[in-house]
Amino acid sequence: MATQQTPLGLLATDSLLSSEDRDMRDTVRKALDRSVRPHLAEWFEAGSVPARELMRQFGDLGLLGMHLDGYGCAGTSATAYGLACMELEAADSGIRSLVSVQGSLAMFAIWRWGSEDQKLQWLPQMAAGELIGCFGLTEPDFGSNPGGMRTFARRDGDDWVLNGTKMWITNGSVADVAIVWAATDDGIRGFIVPTDAPGFSAPGIKGKLSLRASVTSELVFDDVRLPSSALLPEARGLSGPLSCLNEARFGIAFGALGAARDCLEVTIAYVGDRQMFDRPLAAYQITQTKLADMTVELGKGMLLALHLGRLKDAHAVRPEQISIGKLNNTREAIAIARECRTLLGANGITLAYSVMRHANNLESVLTYEGTSEVHQLVIGQALTGISAFR
Amino acid sequence: MKICVLVKEVPDAAVEKRINPSTGRMDRGGERNLNPYDTHAIEAAMQVKEGGAVDVEEIIAVTMGPSTAVRALHKAVSLGADRSVHLSDDALAGSDVVATGYALAKVLERESPDLVLLGQQSDDGECYTIGAVVADYLRMPSLTQVIKMDVTPGSLRCERQAEYGYDTVEIELPAVISVGDAINEPRYPSLKAIMGAKKKPLDAVGIGDVGLEADRVGEAGSKVVCGDFKAPPQKAAGEIIEDEDTNETVEKIIAWLDERKLLA
Ligand SMILES: Cc1cc2nc3c(=O)[nH]c(=O)nc-3n(C[C@H](O)[C@H](O)[C@H](O)COP(=O)(O)OP(=O)(O)OC[C@H]3O[C@@H](n4cnc5c(N)ncnc54)[C@H](O)[C@@H]3O)c2cc1C
Ligand SMILES: Cc1cc2nc3c(=O)[nH]c(=O)nc-3n(C[C@H](O)[C@H](O)[C@H](O)COP(=O)(O)OP(=O)(O)OC[C@H]3O[C@@H](n4cnc5c(N)ncnc54)[C@H](O)[C@@H]3O)c2cc1C
Repeated sequence: MATQQTPLGLLATDSLLSSEDRDMRDTVRKALDRSVRPHLAEWFEAGSVPARELMRQFGDLGLLGMHLDGYGCAGTSATAYGLACMELEAADSGIRSLVSVQGSLAMFAIWRWGSEDQKLQWLPQMAAGELIGCFGLTEPDFGSNPGGMRTFARRDGDDWVLNGTKMWITNGSVADVAIVWAATDDGIRGFIVPTDAPGFSAPGIKGKLSLRASVTSELVFDDVRLPSSALLPEARGLSGPLSCLNEARFGIAFGALGAARDCLEVTIAYVGDRQMFDRPLAAYQITQTKLADMTVELGKGMLLALHLGRLKDAHAVRPEQISIGKLNNTREAIAIARECRTLLGANGITLAYSVMRHANNLESVLTYEGTSEVHQLVIGQALTGISAFR
Repeated sequence: MKICVLVKEVPDAAVEKRINPSTGRMDRGGERNLNPYDTHAIEAAMQVKEGGAVDVEEIIAVTMGPSTAVRALHKAVSLGADRSVHLSDDALAGSDVVATGYALAKVLERESPDLVLLGQQSDDGECYTIGAVVADYLRMPSLTQVIKMDVTPGSLRCERQAEYGYDTVEIELPAVISVGDAINEPRYPSLKAIMGAKKKPLDAVGIGDVGLEADRVGEAGSKVVCGDFKAPPQKAAGEIIEDEDTNETVEKIIAWLDERKLLA
C-alpha cells in the first residue's frame, strides 16, 4: 500500500508556520498527550474536570494569556495562540474553553482595559494558573443581544453595588475572579469581582449534553459591594466586552479545526481497520469521497485560520474577518464530526472514540462567542452597510 | 561547576533517511530537529543543576553543524541550557567520527567543563561513538549508556546499562558521559522558554577560533571511505494474531514460537 498522509500533512500547511510557532504547537500537543488526552472520556462522562489542577499545568506551560505581552505572559504570536487552541480543542472543546476564557476573555479584559495596578495585581497569578478567571456577559434573557443586559451596578458613595444574574458562564463555579459586564448610569462598564465577595454565588449548570468536560455556571449578584478600584477604567460601552470576544473567536477559528482534525484522524484509522464485505471500509469509493471532501474543508479552514493569524500578527485584522473564520470553521467542523460519526457506525456513538464527544461539544462552540447567525449578520452588515440585527 | 552538553541537529524522525550514493553522505534535506537522544542529556544536566548536590553555574549546549543547526541550539536552550556554542565552517563538511570528535573536543577545551554530557546516539549517523572519541582527545574518563547519575563535587557515581544488568561505576570529574534514553523523561519547554531562546547568548565560532587544524577535519581529515551502499533487506510482514479469545490467542502464540523452536 502507498504511504498514507495526514489530512493537514497533505496540504503541507506546516510550511506556512515559523519554526518557533511549530515548536510551541508541538510542545502543547505533547503536554496534552501526556496529561489530558488519556482522561477526556472519563471527564466527559462524569461531567467534571479538574479545572484547578489543569490551570496550574497550563500556567507552568505558559499557555495562559500566551499571546499577551508582559505581566508574566509569554508574548507569543497570535498565530501561535491559534495553533495552541487547535491542539487544545483536538483534545476537547471544553479544555480549549478553559484556556480561552482565562486568556482571551478574563486576562485580556484586564490587560486591555485595566489600570496598571489591576494588571499587576491579577495578571501574573492568572498567567501562572494560580488564579482562575471567568467572564460574565450573557444573561438568561440576553445572549445574542447582550446590550439589553439587566445586571446593574449602582454607585454608592465611592463604592459600586452589583445586582443581577449572568448565565452560561464558563469556569464560573471554579473561578477566583469574575470579569462582569454590567449596566450603569454611565452605560455598560466592566468590573473585576473577586468571587469571595459577600453576595456572590455561582451555582453550576447541570444536565449538559455538550462541553461536559468544562464547568458552566450561573453567576448571581445579590448586593455585591465593590470598591471603586474594581472598575475597569478604560472600557466604556459594548466595545469593551466585544473586544475580548474577538480575541476568543479568533482562537475558536483555529480550535474548531482541531476537533475536526482529531475526528478525521480517528476515522481514517478506523476505516482502514474495519472490514466490510471482506475489504477495509477505506477501500470503498463512498468512504473515500467522504474523507476527501472533509479533508478539503479542513484544509480550506486551516488556510483561512492562518490568514487571520497573519492579519492579527500584523495588527490588521477586523472583527468581520474574524466572523468569517468563526462562522466557517465551526460550521465545517461540526459537519466533519457528524460525517465521521457515520463512518464509525455504532462505535461512533460511544466515548470509546472521540468523534461524537467532539460533535456534541461543537454544538456549544457553534453557539457561544456569537452564534453562526450573528456572524452571518456581521458579515451581511459589512457587505451591505445595513444592520439587520433588529 | 560547568556542564557542556553536546547536541546535534538531525533529520526529523518522520523524514525517511537515505544516503546519496554519489557523495556517500546522508541526504539531509527535509525537516530537521534536535536529536531526540540529546534531549535526555540536557534533561540530565538540568537535574544535576536542580538537584542541589553541586553548584552548577552554567549549562552550555555545543554543536558542530551547518547554519541550520542554530535551531537545535535554540531548542537546547529552551530546554534549559544557559547559552550555546555553534561551531560551523565550510572546512568541516564531510567530517567522519574521528574528525567530528576532534573538532568538538577543541570547542570543549576552550570551555573547560567539569562534565560533558551527550546522547547515546545520533538519530542519523547512529555511530554511538562520539563520546568515546571526544573523551580520548580530552584525556578524560568516559562512560556510555549511563542511566543513573549521582554527582558530588569532584566525582560521579553512575549506573550504566550492560547486557547482563547494571554496572555501578565511580569516576573522577571532569568526565564525558553519554546517557541512555532510560535515564529520564525529558521535560517539554514552556512557551516562554521557546520565546526566550533566541535571546540567550549564542557564540558562533569557525575553525580558526578554536585552534582547529584544517587538515584534521572535513573530507581531507577523514579516513572513513564509504564504498558500496545497499538497502537493508526487506523484512517479511509480521503476522497479526487477533485477540478474540485470550486462551486461543495464547495457544496460537505458543504454537508459533514452538514451530520456530524458540521455546526452551
Ligand atoms: C457551554 C457554553 C459556555 C458559555 N460560556 C460563556 C461565558 O463564559 N461567558 C458568557 O458571557 N457567555 C457564555 N456562553 C453564552 C453564549 O455566548 C450564548 O449562549 C450565545 O451568545 C447565544 O445566546 P443565547 O444562548 O441566549 O441564544 P439566543 O440569543 O437566544 O439565540 C437563539 C437563536 O436565535 C438566533 N438569533 C439571535 N439573534 C438573531 C437575529 N437578530 N436574527 C436572527 N436570528 C437571531 C441565534 O442565532 C440562535 O440561533 C456560553 C454558552 C455555552 C453553551
Ligand atoms: C553513511 C554515513 C553518511 C554520513 N553523511 C554525513 C553527511 O552528509 N554530513 C555530515 O556532516 N556527516 C555525515 N556523516 C558523519 C556522521 O554524521 C558523523 O559520524 C557524526 O558527526 C558523528 O557521528 P554520529 O552522529 O553517528 O554520533 P553518535 O556517536 O551516534 O552521537 C552520539 C552523540 O554525540 C553527539 N554528537 C554527535 N555529532 C555531533 C555534532 N556534530 N555536534 C555536537 N554533538 C554531536 C550527540 O550528543 C549525539 O547524541 C555520515 C556518516 C555515515 C556513516
